[in-house]
Amino acid sequence: MSKSVGKSIPRVDAFEKATGRAKYVDDLCGRDALIIKVCRSTIAHGYVKSIDTKEAEAICGVVKVLTCFDVPDIPFPTAGHPWSTDPSHQDIADRKLLNQHVRYYGDDVAVVIAENEIAAVQGVRALKVEYEELPFVLDVQEAMKPDAPLIHDERGDSNIVAHTSINNGNYEEARKEPGLIKVEGWYDTPTVQHCHIENHGCYAYEEAGRVVVVSSTQIPHIVRRCTAQALGRPWGDVRIIKPYVGGGFGNKQDALYEPLCAWCSTKVGGRLVHYECTREETFVCNRVRHAIRTHIISYVRPNGELVARKFEAFSNQGAYASHGHGIVAKGMGAFPQLYPCPNVECDAYTVYTNRPVAGAMRAYGIPQAMFAGESHIDDICKAIGMEPLEYRRKYLMPVGYVDNFSKNEMYYDSFNQCLDKGMKAIDYERKLKEYQNQTGPIRRGVGVAVFWYNSGVWPISLESSSCRMVLNQDGSLQFQLGETEIGQGGDTAFSQMVADAVGVPVEDVHVVSTQDTDVCPFGTGAYASRQSYIASFSIKQTGQALKERILEIAHEQTRMPVSSLDLVDGKIIRTTDGRVLKTLGELATESLYSLEHSQHITAEKTTQIKSNAYTFGCTFAEVEVDIPMCKVKLLNMVNVHDCGTLINPALAEAQVHGGMSMAIGYGLSEELKFDEKTGRPLNNNLLDYKLSTMMDHPHLKSAFVENPEPTSPYGVKGLGEPPAASGAPAIRNAIFQATGVAIDRCPMTPHVLYKEFKAAGLIED
Amino acid sequence: MEKHVNQFQNVHFTLNGKEVEKYVDVRASLTDMLRNDYSMTSVKKGCEVGECGACTVIIDGEAFNSCIYLAVWAEGKNITTLEGLMGPNGELSDIQQAFIDEAAIQCGFCSPGFILSAWEILNSGKEYTDDELRKLLSGHLCRCTGYENILRAVKKTMYQRLGKEMPQED
Amino acid sequence: MYDMKALYEATSVDDAVALRIAHPEAQIIAGGSDVLVQMREGRRAGAELISIQKLDELRGVKMEEDGTIRIGSLTSFSHITKDPIIQKHLLVLGEAVDQVGGPQIRNIGTIGGNTCNGVTSADSASTLFALDAIIELTGPNGVRRLPIQEFYIKAGKVDIREGEIQTGILIPKESYENCCGHYVKYAMRNAMDIATLGTSVNVRLSVDKKTVERARVAFGVAGPIPMRAATAENLAAGKPISMELAEAFGKAVREDINPRDSWRAAKDFRLHIAVESAKRAFIESVKLAGGDL
Repeated sequence: MSKSVGKSIPRVDAFEKATGRAKYVDDLCGRDALIIKVCRSTIAHGYVKSIDTKEAEAICGVVKVLTCFDVPDIPFPTAGHPWSTDPSHQDIADRKLLNQHVRYYGDDVAVVIAENEIAAVQGVRALKVEYEELPFVLDVQEAMKPDAPLIHDERGDSNIVAHTSINNGNYEEARKEPGLIKVEGWYDTPTVQHCHIENHGCYAYEEAGRVVVVSSTQIPHIVRRCTAQALGRPWGDVRIIKPYVGGGFGNKQDALYEPLCAWCSTKVGGRLVHYECTREETFVCNRVRHAIRTHIISYVRPNGELVARKFEAFSNQGAYASHGHGIVAKGMGAFPQLYPCPNVECDAYTVYTNRPVAGAMRAYGIPQAMFAGESHIDDICKAIGMEPLEYRRKYLMPVGYVDNFSKNEMYYDSFNQCLDKGMKAIDYERKLKEYQNQTGPIRRGVGVAVFWYNSGVWPISLESSSCRMVLNQDGSLQFQLGETEIGQGGDTAFSQMVADAVGVPVEDVHVVSTQDTDVCPFGTGAYASRQSYIASFSIKQTGQALKERILEIAHEQTRMPVSSLDLVDGKIIRTTDGRVLKTLGELATESLYSLEHSQHITAEKTTQIKSNAYTFGCTFAEVEVDIPMCKVKLLNMVNVHDCGTLINPALAEAQVHGGMSMAIGYGLSEELKFDEKTGRPLNNNLLDYKLSTMMDHPHLKSAFVENPEPTSPYGVKGLGEPPAASGAPAIRNAIFQATGVAIDRCPMTPHVLYKEFKAAGLIED
Repeated sequence: MEKHVNQFQNVHFTLNGKEVEKYVDVRASLTDMLRNDYSMTSVKKGCEVGECGACTVIIDGEAFNSCIYLAVWAEGKNITTLEGLMGPNGELSDIQQAFIDEAAIQCGFCSPGFILSAWEILNSGKEYTDDELRKLLSGHLCRCTGYENILRAVKKTMYQRLGKEMPQED
Repeated sequence: MYDMKALYEATSVDDAVALRIAHPEAQIIAGGSDVLVQMREGRRAGAELISIQKLDELRGVKMEEDGTIRIGSLTSFSHITKDPIIQKHLLVLGEAVDQVGGPQIRNIGTIGGNTCNGVTSADSASTLFALDAIIELTGPNGVRRLPIQEFYIKAGKVDIREGEIQTGILIPKESYENCCGHYVKYAMRNAMDIATLGTSVNVRLSVDKKTVERARVAFGVAGPIPMRAATAENLAAGKPISMELAEAFGKAVREDINPRDSWRAAKDFRLHIAVESAKRAFIESVKLAGGDL
């Protein structure tokens, strides 16, 4: 039987993309669309008192001006989570389409709708907005103080969005054990942005009394719900269409400007309106990664054994709740699992501040948690004099470990297998030895960090997937899923699984890449490294159902019993002797055009998934530190992943490269900065925000350990996000080994290194 | 507010080997004209200020960010977009095929610009080191690939054209 | 679409001068990599533009009879780097402008635009300062020439008078003859970045390569406009080459430079990098000139 899973076939959309023919939102939008531009607050916190729209309305080409005084009084949630029918689990509804109470510099205040871009831009500039300014707060711990400016007064008297804890054993008692070594650290991670190269954009129009939005989104079905909620309309009134998407990384796992765009269309008689974020807006008016400050205390025995640990994390939510507490809670959840310890006390806080809104971003709280946790492990190693790799092998989650909440199980010796491959690839032992006791201005080091991750969101939220397959006359088939292609290669991996599930060659499988909520089966979209794992269930079930249906028809057509029939490689086989009775194309043609019994051959299944799967791996990094120049050059980087069976090894490798690149930026250069005096963003453009270029990377190496995941029909588990999880702490630990200086904040820029090296006496002025 | 006095100019240039002419608004960027008037969907808008490289086109043999180039400056120029790389019967160029084969494409938004720059670089017929190639391609930002497979696709095509074996990576 | 009020396309230098007089408020646009970006940001929204893009006579590098190297103001960075005259006599300038932005920007951006916007971080400027470049402007009264140090007035402001456009940059023979130089661009990325600090050094050694005859050092982003560091230059002049001299040369630049604190970098950090960069650029220049260090 020809097996597609496991082969590195080219992407199913590669030709379209290599020729520039793939159509993204802006390629599809009619050139007669009215253009929307948003007027944004020029203060970090306060109230809009009035907006004078007269001048703007007088500009030739301006069609309509709408302000925060015109919007429906409906707060709505934006997070790309499955809806919960339990009100206590629903996402926080804390923003309106346009806001009178502005909560960050750049908040949406008004829109100008115009016949062309320039008139819209001029219209925005001509608006006279009067504000009542309020004090603002940017720092997460400052925002927790009782006298801090209250950002959401409608939600009580504190900026704390949520606070949750984990308490295992008795931390306070356990730490009293004599002879323990205390290791303590504060670790800071920055606000960063996804920087997909296609900015978010969408266009909307009304058709037959409903509003249609074509959007660059990861989550069409969720956006449909959020848009309807924001407009106060039945959910069926909204139709969302998702074409090709130029990257998302979690930013487009939120309802961004679809609700506003839809509402604008309804305000101009259902005409076609188009809103496209500029790059500057993408940086600060979409979503960012939560900056998290983490405090860890570990009490260890001299052999490194963890006796008692404390973990506190403070997550900077920014102005609106979006994904809210889920991010830091996930990071906290990893803490007691990764290095099991009997006595653990954890607290996580998510706090509103007057910064841009933080939401989902690749690996959802885990890059922050790994930077803190894995840096801290090397701090422990330093304190007790143990080699960092040896420590990890000794104290990481052991084989057989089961998490009580998720029921996830460590089935294999994944960590040791990954570490073995990684250390070999980077020549760890030799370099570790060679880089001891250096003294010159230029020094080298190697470092390692591991990561913990899940596949999907069960049991915190719903996990389900629906699939539909339709057979064509020639035996080829189309399939649809709610799981979306946003660049990661999902459509290709799904096609390979479909081919094997049905029993046809992958060339005969056609994915319907576009999700249109009117025709696509329900599914929640691209996030949580869920899609290959979750879709594997519905693909398998639907494929089996389609095959059963085909074999029933084969029975009708060939009179052979179903028990003696099989579909292999697109052919109906009699299993008793292996004879090919007919091709699937012959069967389908006969079935569709039969004058006796014409049948459309199709199958559709929904699978709810009540399992999850751990996904593990590590990063090794080798650096060269130019101490006087305060610069780090990354010489080598290796990621090793156990993400189960690889559906498409070449695409898996490509996915890892991208995550490593994001981790390099996170570790060394990326950070959104804000003016302390005004809250204004300082570097929201691709020149001043230091996304890595091709010249900032070494050759990126990746390797895999393929332990098949027992809960998945294809042995697959999450890979989308984990490649971004452990790179930054590996770099940090390599710098630590090279210089002896522990850098406890990301990104480790020359500005940071200058201060740290000076404090450590490595440089003098 | 002052009303804009529309200014239009006739622009005559060669687009993908074909002479064309258009009456364009002087305020239009070359990106605007290529996308809106010629439906060149390969010319992507990622920043519109010359920082990402997604809108790259080849003007008289050199790569330019078309977003910071006025449409009227196209007068008399020879302009190539990704659409111009395919053969008359839809054959892919070697560099496009290499991007497909090496899994150098993910979301596809930076790909057209990268492929065009690579095409221009390879047309020099020179052999470049990895570092030189990285520098020559550094005007394009990509968030999906870590640039790894892109570099490999360009290298592979370079060695193919030179008739040499591509050195093994460790 | 750019929010411009009008575009005037100059057909010759004379025409450009006439347009400048007819539209004194209008902004000159050469390659577009600065002006159009500012217009997109809204800083020059609604402005009139005089385009000199089509003035091909202002492109290219020429050797004049007296050995002066003339760089047409519209010469793109990439053309400067590739030019044989530059490669033979002014390698340091070719290398400096080869670090501007990325390849596409180097095809778009011009050396005239890079100097006329008056920005201290311009990658060409520090090297041009270190070479005592002469700026040539053409206006209603003909040609006016002035040293680049006088051309820069303050941050963002240069001495272009009514009706003038910059037509060339001249490097006197005395500035490059028997000289070797090195440019250190200190930035946060290896491409697509603006300099946190730019350091350009060039030296002329004695015939026996043992002594520094003359050393010049100029910085970008060490003050509001590019600047020379005379104390270090004087310190090195006539001294035998040694690592100690390199150290002292680096430390001496602190006497003259005045970087500021900004969100992009702190003053003390820039000072620290300036010392180290000057030292390294000096060492590299001496080595290029055949000195043994």
